[in-house]
Amino acid sequence: MTMDATAMSKIDLPALIDAVADTISEHADELTALDQAIGDGDHGLNMKRGFEAVRAESAALAGQPLPEVLRAIGTKLVMTVGGASGPLFGTLFMSIGKELPTEPSRADLAAALAKAISAVAARGKSQAGQKTMLDVLYPVQAAVAAGKSPGDVADVADGAAEATKPLKAIRGRASFLGDRSIGHVDPGARSSALIVRAVAKVMEHSA
Amino acid sequence: MKNVGIVIVSHSPKVAEGTADMVRQMVGEEVPLAWCGGNPDGGLGTQVGAIMEAIDRAWSEAGVAVLVDLGGAETNSEMAIEMIGGPRASRIVICNAPIVEGAVMAATEASGGASLKEVVATAHELAPA
Repeated sequence: MTMDATAMSKIDLPALIDAVADTISEHADELTALDQAIGDGDHGLNMKRGFEAVRAESAALAGQPLPEVLRAIGTKLVMTVGGASGPLFGTLFMSIGKELPTEPSRADLAAALAKAISAVAARGKSQAGQKTMLDVLYPVQAAVAAGKSPGDVADVADGAAEATKPLKAIRGRASFLGDRSIGHVDPGARSSALIVRAVAKVMEHSA
Repeated sequence: MKNVGIVIVSHSPKVAEGTADMVRQMVGEEVPLAWCGGNPDGGLGTQVGAIMEAIDRAWSEAGVAVLVDLGGAETNSEMAIEMIGGPRASRIVICNAPIVEGAVMAATEASGGASLKEVVATAHELAPA
């Protein structure tokens, strides 16, 4: 099964928002534990606060076009997450919303993701291989562009998050730890993979 | 107020407020000054909305110099400036300087009527080489 324009325009937005907020809330303790290992220990709580704030707006967002909804989600995350994750995940959603047409094709989605990931990289002054969310987002974009099914894209995301374990952090708070950041999954990579998995599940059900 | 404004952004409201107290005592009332710090739950962190409000409170037509502590404070301040946007955004600069020393030195420079460029340059002299 593949994603196509029909699948994307048929997406149940409140279900999508619920699925993402659910997975972030369910994994908040795990994300916080990952962040306590290599960061300042607030990632789970911050992300949960942000996505629960998005969920609270879900009914108001439901009737709006997809690009508008994505932009509103991004803005909400920027204003509520706190910590550097707010601008980083906020920029991701805001940029996808800015680039995506109302009825996007797979090629549109791949192109919007590519631009949004560049915006995240610029915001974080980071690049691939530095043990960040980018190490999940780049392979996810490639998988979408290659035409993989939502489930396969989510598998790519999980594998990419796990692959941040042996990396040494160069950006963000974890970089203060130097070699001691090696051996832990990056919390931002893990939360990115969780979001991709939740979105993929909803897309499979809408197709 | 025609002097450049100073905004202090720390993960800790106590650090931000304490830094502002030092600026007031050492530099006086000649400089628009605002601070913010902490997350919405009262814990440590920085928030884009609070930074935007602090910039509003310290706003000067001469511009605003922002002093930050750790990484997230800088990222959130960059986001806040982008969201303020328009012609004002080009007159808000994040200083690469230690937060306490940078705030005091930038405010001292600003109190004498220096331009935003001069204020920022003074703070940058404190940055580690």
